[in-house]
Amino acid sequence: MLSRTAGNLYWMGRYLERADFTARLIEATQRLAALPTSYGGAGNAWESALAATWMTQAHAERGLALDEQQISDFLTLDPANPSSIRSCLEAARANARSVRTALTEEAWEAVNTAWLEVSRYGTRLDGRDAIGPLLELVKHAVAAFEGAAQRTMLRGDAFWFVNLGSAIERADNSARLLDVKYHLLLPRGETVGGSLDYFQWTTILRTVSAMTAYRWVYRDTVKPWLVADLLILNRQIPRSLASCYDELLRHLDLLASVTGKRGPAHRLASAGHARLSRSNIDTIFSDGLHEFLNQFIIDNNKLGEAIAEQYLF
Amino acid sequence: MAQITAFDEMYGLGDAYGRASGGEPAAVTSGYRAIQNWLDQSPPELMATRRRQAELFFRRIGITFAVYGDPDAAERLIPFDIVPRILARSEWDGLEAGLKQRVRALNAFLADVYGPRDILRAGIMPEELVLQNPGYNLHMVGKKPPGGVWTHIAGIDLVRTGPDQFYVLEDNARTPSGVSYMLENREVMLKLVPELFDQMKVAPVETYPEMLLETLASVSPRRSRSGSAPVCVLLTPGRHNSAFYEHSFLADKLGIELVEGSDLFVRDDIVYMRTTEGPERVDVIYRRLDDDFIDPLVFNPASMLGVPGLMSAYGAGNVTLANAVGTGVADDKAIYSYMPDIVRFYTGEEPILGNVPTWRCREPEALGYVLDHLAELVVKEVDGSGGYGMLIGPHAPQATLAAFAAKLKAHPEKFIAQPTLALSTCPTATDAGIAARHVDLRPFVLTGANDVKIVPGGLTRVAMTPGSLVVNSSQGGGTKDTWVVDD
Repeated sequence: MLSRTAGNLYWMGRYLERADFTARLIEATQRLAALPTSYGGAGNAWESALAATWMTQAHAERGLALDEQQISDFLTLDPANPSSIRSCLEAARANARSVRTALTEEAWEAVNTAWLEVSRYGTRLDGRDAIGPLLELVKHAVAAFEGAAQRTMLRGDAFWFVNLGSAIERADNSARLLDVKYHLLLPRGETVGGSLDYFQWTTILRTVSAMTAYRWVYRDTVKPWLVADLLILNRQIPRSLASCYDELLRHLDLLASVTGKRGPAHRLASAGHARLSRSNIDTIFSDGLHEFLNQFIIDNNKLGEAIAEQYLF
Repeated sequence: MAQITAFDEMYGLGDAYGRASGGEPAAVTSGYRAIQNWLDQSPPELMATRRRQAELFFRRIGITFAVYGDPDAAERLIPFDIVPRILARSEWDGLEAGLKQRVRALNAFLADVYGPRDILRAGIMPEELVLQNPGYNLHMVGKKPPGGVWTHIAGIDLVRTGPDQFYVLEDNARTPSGVSYMLENREVMLKLVPELFDQMKVAPVETYPEMLLETLASVSPRRSRSGSAPVCVLLTPGRHNSAFYEHSFLADKLGIELVEGSDLFVRDDIVYMRTTEGPERVDVIYRRLDDDFIDPLVFNPASMLGVPGLMSAYGAGNVTLANAVGTGVADDKAIYSYMPDIVRFYTGEEPILGNVPTWRCREPEALGYVLDHLAELVVKEVDGSGGYGMLIGPHAPQATLAAFAAKLKAHPEKFIAQPTLALSTCPTATDAGIAARHVDLRPFVLTGANDVKIVPGGLTRVAMTPGSLVVNSSQGGGTKDTWVVDD
């Protein structure tokens, strides 16, 4: 496969994943922001959404206000934000378009349709009512792509590069989401385990559609360390860091089985995978969740770079 | 504005549109009888539904066309008309013979002007017209491309003015585009009106990718490599090119890699592509990139689209470019005017397909005539394409005519002029019902090392504006599916 093609597929996977994550994050933020203050309705819910996408600075540089409307515009449709949903889908589609031949007709149509439908919303949300249908559309579109890819693409390098991209991005998103909660959401003086805390942790679960899963897995009330356990170490949850690394390792192995070559990307993915397998949530918390997540994000980025280098894109 | 009476391919001469129901039954040419029945049985709402359906198909598969210089229309659909254009098998057989003859002559002409130059010695055309032509590429002098083929893929634009009058309007010997529309139009029609295909015996076009791949493989410089197939790639300028959709579509149908310049590199005069498994040698490049851009070391040094060293590898005979470099001289419109002589010179036969009468403005007498009759003529740049920079006298306001006259006087050698032809019309679905619209036809002629092949039909382009004669997609023209139907 052409290296450029591999690169485009990988980035298409990443951008679609990021669009989906941003849509879910906004939904959860709306819910959080709507709570009465006495139940933990945080005045800074929208700021935390910015922080979770690491866009606080970019938002400030655009000179935008920290209110719901300007933040949701910025995260959904702003063409000046390279990680807005609109920009992600545009980039995903541009990547798909330049490797049209590596995708099946159905997979391409799913990406193309996603972009066409989102581009119809323009570059600013037309009132609050517009956002709900937009987010639904994005989630459906990404699911439609994954379904089309799953059902129609050859199980070969094209499919594996798309999956590598989405797994790297998903791991990154989950880690950022958790990290932001731990350090930003909780106002000074609020105790861990208070009612504010409860709603914020459940918000995180809702963002990754894991609220019910949490109940099934732990049969317990929402506790911060269990939420972290679920999203970091639980292999049943497709968004957990451990699941993402299972997937990364599997797809890298499949690529190696075709090319007959293993390289730095394989070593880094194996190391990351081993680290997650060895960890337990108690030591992660006692060593510092933030430090753990921060290191994970750095290592995950290194793995992304190693993949790019190894496959020459 | 002069109204032109044109030959209609369904009703013949004389306008029968708008009085089809109730009035006298109009005489309908044989191939169109089933079409007329179908139109009669389709109420306007049904036609509107079908048109919407067709647009949806195209939008979803992502067939778009970028128009240069129009930022709002970065990606626009080419209008598609759901009424097919019919050619009877007997009509097509004649065209096919003429097209093959013409393309053989074009290839012989190119081999000659870059080789022995017999045609110039014979005095058929002025030497400087060839040797000083901007399309004549000095790097190709004395070269012989693998298989001896120069224009592997030629698009010959045909127009019709009467029941038996077909003319060649221009020869596209460089990188003709549009074949993806021919193929997709058929796919959409098969989904849209299967009942019509049941009634009519329509010759299939879907063999085109197969034929193209055979053509490309046949000119590979490495003939006997222990049975393994030659590695062919399609070189595109990238996704910002107006025809990018077509490039990706064709690469997909051919099952070959779609590469950009940066995906290829040259080492020791051998072309490789960069793959996830390391370099892979390339034998044939179907390039959709103009000569000027393919190698920054030889041509435009600012080109980021090409491959440094490609011309050297080409010169060493290690890679085939399709089409060959330097074919532009054959689609120059002044050279075109000599095509009947060129056909006679190389084939020893009378040309089966005629040319449109052409005034070469480089000749003082012709220039005088053109300036006197500007308001009646169509004037084109000799190296123009895509309908850019042409004047349609009868449709031009006085000021435009005056400005064009000045351009002509300043650089007469850059222009040719032709009579404004009454291009044939075909029934076309418009918002106001079925109406006559002018059409042309671009068949795609493939030349391999062993033979010349054409799929039946080609791309019919249709001017969607009433009375307009400009069918180019860059100027708002649309397309139709073209059916070669057994008589």
